[in-house]
Amino acid sequence: MAKTARLTQGWRRYLYSTNHKDIGTMYIIFAVAAGLIGGFLSLIMRLELFDPGLQLVEHAGEWNVWISAHGLLMIFFMVMPALIGGFGNWFVPLMIGAPDMAFPRMNNVSFWLLIPALFLLVSSMFVDGGAETGWTIYPPLSTSGQPGMAVDMIILALHLAGASSILGAINFITTIFNMRAPGMTLHKMPLFVWSVLVTAFLLLLSLPVLAGGITMLLTDRNFGTTFFAAAGGGDPVLFQHLFWFFGHPEVYVLILPGFGIVSQIVATFSRKPVFGYLGMAYAMVAIGFIGFVVWAHHMYTVGLNVNTKAYFMIATLIIAVPTGIKIFSWIATMWGGSIQLKTPMLFAVGMIFLFTVGGVTGVVLANAGIDTALHDTYYVVAHFHYTMSMGALFSIFAGFYYWFSKMSGREYNEYLGKIHFWMLFVGVNLTFFPMHFSGLAGMPRRIPDYPDAFTGWNQVSTVGAVLSAVSALFFLYVVAQAFFKGKKAADNPWGKGATTLEWSLSSPPPFHSFDTLPRVTSRQ
Amino acid sequence: MGNHQGWYESLAMVLACVTVFLFSMESVLAAQPTEWQMNFQPAATPVMEDIVGLHEGVLWLIVAISLFVFGLLGYVLYAFHESRHKKSSTVTHNTTLEIAWTAIPALILVVMTVPSMKLLYHADVVPSADLTIKATGYQWYWNYEYPDHGEFDFDSLLLEDDELEPGQPRLLAVDEPVVVPVGRVVRLLVAADPDGVIHSWAMPAFGVKKDAVPGRLNETWFKVEQEGTYYGQCSELCGANHAYMPIAVKVVSAEAFQAWVARAREEFASNNNEQTPQVIAHNTNQ
Repeated sequence: MAKTARLTQGWRRYLYSTNHKDIGTMYIIFAVAAGLIGGFLSLIMRLELFDPGLQLVEHAGEWNVWISAHGLLMIFFMVMPALIGGFGNWFVPLMIGAPDMAFPRMNNVSFWLLIPALFLLVSSMFVDGGAETGWTIYPPLSTSGQPGMAVDMIILALHLAGASSILGAINFITTIFNMRAPGMTLHKMPLFVWSVLVTAFLLLLSLPVLAGGITMLLTDRNFGTTFFAAAGGGDPVLFQHLFWFFGHPEVYVLILPGFGIVSQIVATFSRKPVFGYLGMAYAMVAIGFIGFVVWAHHMYTVGLNVNTKAYFMIATLIIAVPTGIKIFSWIATMWGGSIQLKTPMLFAVGMIFLFTVGGVTGVVLANAGIDTALHDTYYVVAHFHYTMSMGALFSIFAGFYYWFSKMSGREYNEYLGKIHFWMLFVGVNLTFFPMHFSGLAGMPRRIPDYPDAFTGWNQVSTVGAVLSAVSALFFLYVVAQAFFKGKKAADNPWGKGATTLEWSLSSPPPFHSFDTLPRVTSRQ
Repeated sequence: MGNHQGWYESLAMVLACVTVFLFSMESVLAAQPTEWQMNFQPAATPVMEDIVGLHEGVLWLIVAISLFVFGLLGYVLYAFHESRHKKSSTVTHNTTLEIAWTAIPALILVVMTVPSMKLLYHADVVPSADLTIKATGYQWYWNYEYPDHGEFDFDSLLLEDDELEPGQPRLLAVDEPVVVPVGRVVRLLVAADPDGVIHSWAMPAFGVKKDAVPGRLNETWFKVEQEGTYYGQCSELCGANHAYMPIAVKVVSAEAFQAWVARAREEFASNNNEQTPQVIAHNTNQ
């Protein structure tokens, strides 16, 4: 008994942790830290782009190092840890009435693998000039084009982060399949749990392909193999196929948990059960399946056979159908409800709004013919930031405000939360909407200096980025205010709309969640 | 009196400037991005015309869909706000509605696929070509060959800021543009330095973008319908000076093209023996 007490106190409680709530908390803190680094990089990227010519960097390659690190940080070290490691760890066990994750010690490994991964990635920026490859690390730029050690460090960082996610995915699948409380059938699970389940399968099936690809990259770089070197009989385009076979499911990894969170929040604040539950669950399953067979729409210009392009175009367009089901079902959930526009709901509605914009520009880009004109322009940057920087980020903030009182036992200040929402909403729209125009006009991605005609919209974008950066600092203030001045939170601060199991526990929940297993009779 | 004359002189200067400006606008209008531009550059090829046309159609479609979704969203937030709607309903299913919002988007997509496929095949299948040009991407410039017009090739390098002549756009103008005849089908072969990295040959006004991949030979085509100088930029991240390898195409009459070929054969004939072109380092320490 004394030994147990010692293991759950002080630094040991976290370093040795096998508790899903503590690990979830560490993931969230980790995501905030990585998000601040990635956000700082995007701010200095935008400041450099305020004027044509080079101002902040002496040579253009330095700026490319920032974009590589920004992309990798935000995807692997901000969005994924927040949504899956953070909210997934915290709330999947609580929502299905499980005492913890299936493999608690593996859960600990999943988290702590991320620390050296982040260290490798951030320090790669300062080694041998950094990696100028972009997050896609296409060879030969990432092999013969970047002889320094930075790319090796990025590959190893991705290996560690990938291993962490694969272990996490195994943990979630096992937990969800085997540890549901009596009566909690698959078709009664909250949609957030469904979203994590689908996400875990996407990770489990796609990350090994990335691992294979980057291992081949590593041996091409260091051990004389020529998987991707034309001179040795290899093919640079092979890497792109492997990368996007992972990369496209990955974008759904980033957004599906957000879909789950938004579903919970919309139902809670409309005080109404989710509309079309089965359609919502299976729309996510469909998105997951189709997400695996559309990868080459990232490669319309590499010289694919025209029939291949036609196939990938049609498969890509099909994804719009389940996505539409989700959007319409959220609106139908609100229809006839009694809607409370608290901060989490504002972020959820904002997410629906912004994701719609990102979704419809996805339909434009899916058209292989039109994509010829838009591929690798700022239009693409606008599109994926509307889905990721806004879709995923807004669902993260929605989830954060929704569950903050449950996790911390404190209430955030509603007024400050709303200010945060509006600052960020205006900031990101100002940043990314003009990028559609720059892209249509032909401005290529990944350039630190641009022809003078592009100046106007770039300056608008930079103003938006500054506002978004201020909103990030304001968010830290909102959190600090809640911890120091926040009222003690009730078990269920949201009232009758919040029907999932986590609200039946105290805020914060006890170290050991369910002493007796809850019995579930109905879906809500 | 002196004042008076000065006034006339300034007027003449201004008029001259405006004329020069308008003239330069005229010759480059269809060719490069403009300040605060919000849509595609004007189409210079049939393929780009089709791209602009299809994009316009799809744009109306997505604007309509977005407005429909935002309208619904605004309506529910207003009508069912707790201040107006105290008691929430418990409806969770409506089969007709669910089938409708699955089937209707699917139908819209099917309809959209028809013009989309037409465009795809039109753009991708190269018609019988009048001449062939080969563009090869190096770090960081393009090299051009004219296999139909004798054994010559030349490098096309960025003009540094101090080399620009008035009216030449920074980061877009090159020392030797590609020259092609107007109204002819040009087959473009796109390749990359076998020891180099991937680039992408992009020309917004033509609706052309093709990756230059080491070890591969890609093919595309264009038929430019208006004379002028057209500008594009490398469109695949290719290292430090990715922003500094512009593409410029000068489209001229058939006669002017023949004259240019005759001059180019002489001027660039020596390039064949010398396969290592000069690299201009731009803002880099590498």
